[in-house]
Amino acid sequence: MSGLLVSLQDAVVQGVLWGIMVLGVYITYKLLDIADLTVDGSFALGGCVCAVMILNFHVDPWVALAVAAIAGMMAGAVTGLLHTIFEIPAILAGILTQIGLWSINLRIMGGKSNVPLLKTDTIMSRFIDFTGLNKQIASLVIGIGIAVIMIGLLYWFFGTEIGSAMRATGNNESMIRAQGVNTNWTKLLALVISNGLVGISGGLVCQSQKYADIGMGTGAIVIGLAAIVIGEVLMGRLRSFGSKLTSAVVGSVIYFVIRAVVLRMGMNANDMKLLSAAIVAVALCVPVVVRKLRLKKSYTEGGE
Amino acid sequence: MLDIKNVRKTFNKNTINEKKALNGINLHLNEGDFVTVIGGNGAGKSTMLNMVAGVYPIDSGKIEIDGINISRYPEYKRAQYIGRVFQDPMMGTAAGMEIQENMALAYRRGKTRGLSWGIKSEEKAFYYEAIQKLGLGLQDRMTNKVGLLSGGQRQALTLLMATLQKPKLLLLDEHTAALDPKTARKVLDITQEIVKEQNLTTLMITHNMKDAISIGNRLIMMHEGRIIYDVSGEEKKKLEVEDLLKKFEEASGEEFSNDRMILAK
Repeated sequence: MSGLLVSLQDAVVQGVLWGIMVLGVYITYKLLDIADLTVDGSFALGGCVCAVMILNFHVDPWVALAVAAIAGMMAGAVTGLLHTIFEIPAILAGILTQIGLWSINLRIMGGKSNVPLLKTDTIMSRFIDFTGLNKQIASLVIGIGIAVIMIGLLYWFFGTEIGSAMRATGNNESMIRAQGVNTNWTKLLALVISNGLVGISGGLVCQSQKYADIGMGTGAIVIGLAAIVIGEVLMGRLRSFGSKLTSAVVGSVIYFVIRAVVLRMGMNANDMKLLSAAIVAVALCVPVVVRKLRLKKSYTEGGE
Repeated sequence: MLDIKNVRKTFNKNTINEKKALNGINLHLNEGDFVTVIGGNGAGKSTMLNMVAGVYPIDSGKIEIDGINISRYPEYKRAQYIGRVFQDPMMGTAAGMEIQENMALAYRRGKTRGLSWGIKSEEKAFYYEAIQKLGLGLQDRMTNKVGLLSGGQRQALTLLMATLQKPKLLLLDEHTAALDPKTARKVLDITQEIVKEQNLTTLMITHNMKDAISIGNRLIMMHEGRIIYDVSGEEKKKLEVEDLLKKFEEASGEEFSNDRMILAK
């Protein structure tokens, strides 16, 4: 029983830290209607950059996190430029960046596929030394704190003139262009902000698990989409923008809790990606099936 | 005001689908001109408006507004001078955003957008007053999503948004064509009111010849990417639909080919 409790606690911590990535995915997927596959690469990039900054350059873990954010933003900018200036479809532009990042991430880690942070300071270890909390609670407090700050910042930003123009870009591009907004710029900026969040999330996960791994971002986009879907199912009735952002993080927590439970119930860990993919696929299929059934049902041969 | 000088545009150049949409077109609009544009299918009416708005680049020629050469400006940059209403009611507004948010986006047309709040509380009273003038009761639904409005309401809102920040030029591309006759009439009345009140220079494409004659101070007829008839003032007022049909046959050597226009006469 206590084993389950520990793994559930772990799951909640992971869910919150990954939830910051989900906020990034929310911006591109829900606001701009772009499935940005850069995320898999930029998440690992954030982790790798963070680990190397701390281990090899001995910088402050908070500074390392900031560098991870900037690295993520640069990755988003590459996808954004490929998509806007060179008109490559968004999905393909994301895949290109993601594949390229695999090699870049290995270069950053000096050719190793795994960089452990065993004896170095992290944001979490410092917080533990300072407060005396246990490891999980400390990670949770930091994760929730950063998530709340990010949600607050995003809520503010999307209420500003630039943020409104960005939302309108996802809504109706021709309309907002007719109102004098350069939609290439808003899309690029959205991808930069989104991947900045993903980089932060990767950096936090790296510091929390005390290692960076070349494969740590694999499937991140699917986790992000699954978390958004779960969040919508649970909190879909809430309409305000702040609660929608919150639901993305909550969805992420629920996702990792479900994962912990099914693993606990004996599911092979290797099957987890299949389960995530199935959750997203079902969530995308259901509305279409419902619409088609309604259409069929509403047909009557004789009319009224 | 607006100067279109020898503008040419060919779509799908050097392919079997090559289409000369604009064939060396020349047009000069004076300040305050309200010009109705008619013509058959594929005459180049929409293309002309799209070229002025910058949706596609032109092949050659020059487009000037108040002496500023905007020929090579991208679409979003021309928006500082131009207000637009499209044929499709879905195109002019952001369906997933509130009415007042849409108005706030339009109010900032041509201005630099920064990090100040997207809709300031002192603006709301101004929007309320402006939308009240439409007489559609929308002032009580300011926080409704635009997607909840009917096509006619959306066109009226788009028109209001296009003129919230006074444009140097207003482009109306068959903006009542997708509406039922009664709603179309209402939107057309609102159009005339707003144009008169702000003394806007306007180009309006219409498929209704009666409207083309009765509205505005000038009428142009297009055929195969050229302006084949240009009439204004008293002469325009005296026109009959039959005159227009005859003029068209004279100028083009063909029968008028736009079914909708024939039906709408």
